[in-house]
Formats: sequence, C-alpha cells, structure tokens
Amino acid sequence: MYTTDLSRVGKSGLEAPARVEPAALLEKFEARVAADDFIEPKDWMPEAYRRTLIRQISQHAHSEIVGMLPEGNWISRAPSLRRKAVLLAKVQDEAGHGLYLYCAAETLGASRDEMTEALLAGRAKYSTIFNYPTLTWADMGAIGWLVDGAAIMNQVPLQRTSYGPYARAMVRICKEESFHQRQGYEIMMAMCAGSPAQKRMAQDALDRWWAPALMMFGPPDENSPNTAQSIRWRIKRETNDELRQRFVDATVPQAQALGLTIPDPDLRWNEAKGGYDFGALDWEEFYAVVRGEGQVAKERMEARRKAWEDGAWVRDAAIAHSAKRAKAAEAA
Amino acid sequence: MPASTGDFALWEVFVRVKNGLNHRHVGSVHAADARMAIEAARDAYTRRMEGISLWVLPSAAIVASDPAEADALFAPAQDKVYRHPTFYSVPDGVSHL
Repeated sequence: MYTTDLSRVGKSGLEAPARVEPAALLEKFEARVAADDFIEPKDWMPEAYRRTLIRQISQHAHSEIVGMLPEGNWISRAPSLRRKAVLLAKVQDEAGHGLYLYCAAETLGASRDEMTEALLAGRAKYSTIFNYPTLTWADMGAIGWLVDGAAIMNQVPLQRTSYGPYARAMVRICKEESFHQRQGYEIMMAMCAGSPAQKRMAQDALDRWWAPALMMFGPPDENSPNTAQSIRWRIKRETNDELRQRFVDATVPQAQALGLTIPDPDLRWNEAKGGYDFGALDWEEFYAVVRGEGQVAKERMEARRKAWEDGAWVRDAAIAHSAKRAKAAEAA
Repeated sequence: MPASTGDFALWEVFVRVKNGLNHRHVGSVHAADARMAIEAARDAYTRRMEGISLWVLPSAAIVASDPAEADALFAPAQDKVYRHPTFYSVPDGVSHL
C-alpha cells in the first residue's frame, strides 16, 4: 500500500530550516539526478532532498504498518480457510513492506526510534485511507482491488525514484504486491456472482471506497506546491493528477466487468482526451482525515500503541538474553 | 524504560538465491542478537522462496569506501583498456582467439 502525498499538510518533527548548499556540489548532484543516476546513502545530497525523502519514506512506512489494521481486523472472520490464508499473507507482506521502508529511511539518518515515536505520538502522517472503517467482508475485496490498485499505480513509477535504497525497496514491494490487487478483485468477483445481498455488499463497498481511493494520490496538482521540486529531483516521477487519471481509466472497465456502478454521476468517457472525466472530490474531507478526524483514526493509533506496549516485555527479554549470552561468551 | 527497536543492533542481510550464486545484499533488520537477526531476516526477506541461505552481519562492522574517493580508486582503470580483450584487433579469418 502507499502513503498519500501530504507534503502540503503540517510539518513533521524531522524538518529543519533551509540552508544554503555549496553551489558546486549542488550542481553536480542535480546533473546526476537529471541523468537518471541513482543517489546512494553515502553520496552528498542537499539537505532538502534528504528531508523530503525522510518525510516521504517514513510516511510510506507508517502507512504500511497502519495499513495492517483494517485488514487484520478481518483475518479471524474470513469466510474460508483459503481466504484466511491469503489475507494473512497479504497482511504479513504489509509488515514486511513497512520494514523495508523504515530501513530505507534509516540510510538517510532517520532513527527507527524517532520514527516509531512520531507515529505512536500521533505526530506522523500516514495514508488517509486507513482512517476509514472496514464494515463488511466486501471491504476486503474493495481494499485489495482499489486501495492496493491505487498503491501500485503510485509505486510503479517510484521504482525509478532517484534515491537508490527507496527505489530498491519499491521494486521488491511492487513485485510482492501484484497479488494483493488480484485477490481483492477475486473477492469482488465472487460477491458479484453471489446472491443479490452479496452483490449489494460489493456495490456498497465500492460506494464507500471509491472517493477515498482517488484521494490516495494526494491533493490536485495546483495545491501540491512541492511536486515540482520533487519531480525535478526525480523523487516523484509523475504528478498526483496524472496518476489519478491513469487509475480511473484503468479501474472503470474493471468495475464494468463486475457489473458494479462507479458512484460518480459526472463520470463519462472523454473521446478527445482518451480518458474518463470524473467529478470533483471532497478535499475538505481529505484534510479533515489528514488532521486525524477520520472515523477510526483514534482507534488505529490506540491499536498501534497497545501493540507497542504489549510487546515491551519481548524486546526487554531479547535484550536481556543477548546481554547474558555476551557475558557468558566473555567468561568462556 | 522498556527497550525499543533502536536498542537492537542493525544487521545487514545477504541472501543466496541458490547454490552456485553469491550471497547478495537485500536490506537490513534490527535484532537483539545474531539468531534473532537470522529469524527476522527470514521473515522480512524470504517469504517467497527468495533464497536457500542467509548471512547477517552487524552493520557497524562494514567498512565502506568513501564516495569522494571514487575517482582515486576507480577512475585509473578507465585508461587501462588493454585489460579487455576488445582492445586487441584480430585479423579476419583467425578464430579461437
């Protein structure tokens, strides 16, 4: 799954005032990036590049970790053993993806503790999509299909992002995520081929997840002032609106194949642009969710804090065990 | 105060995809000791039969060359093209060279 571009919203504790960069180094850096060279951890980089990446990668990592919660909620209620095994594997993947990304952020000098702390204290941002509740089993279908679908659309270009460790993490993540979207679509197919009540559940899930999924691409380009800089530095490769359009164009035929209706009266094919026109999104809602006013934002953070606190004895025991082993080795 | 992930050492993880190939760096994990690092690396990096063997080593033990020295270390090799077979011309009709 993927984080939303939140650069416009709020400041994280990781930000520091801008500084003047040595012109020669900056010029060399910009030339390398423009030539599609990868930047590696020990290379010189402008402080703003480092900060932007730490913000983006850590938000992305937090999103993977928080993203386990809406689906983890349904593992014990999956309708068959097959669905349960698949959902478990998917949620485990999200944990793995969070870890790859935390590691990538650490190569930039962010500490794991600082990032964990920021998340648990509610200071860190993560994708707004996870602050919506998962009400029925059809939501597992809609999340895999739409949320992971949007995530993949976002992440594929990031495999060529200019920072090497981030790009490599994205390659791994994209490879692993291709089944996430398919298993979601398969759930939707099963429900749409089921009883009228099941089909209604599938439509209801699409109705609730469609707009939030489109908002995952972040604010419209005109309200995303950092996009130009991020694109120049090849941190982002495409703008929010370009990716959103591509997602709509790819997803509408998938909904038609299911016999479901996209909940947007303004949606229509535009022959001239070779894509769909679609209705305006409620960005006030988006910013409210970013501010932590999502329906289940509080619940999500409580679940993370509880997991962290309940796991404290395990971390303590591991440290104690390794200290004991080290001491024994010293004595021997 | 309870321990945090940051109290665990950072370990670099290397995976051998199959016998006959080198172990290759894939990422890193935090772990309290080597055994736990192997287990964490297994969960994080080999969920889909990506390998048959793992190495973990403390990140702090790695000594890396400085990118600023890259020219001094590697550039001189550029003017030693005679180290490559394509430097030499082979007359037409002569084979197995």
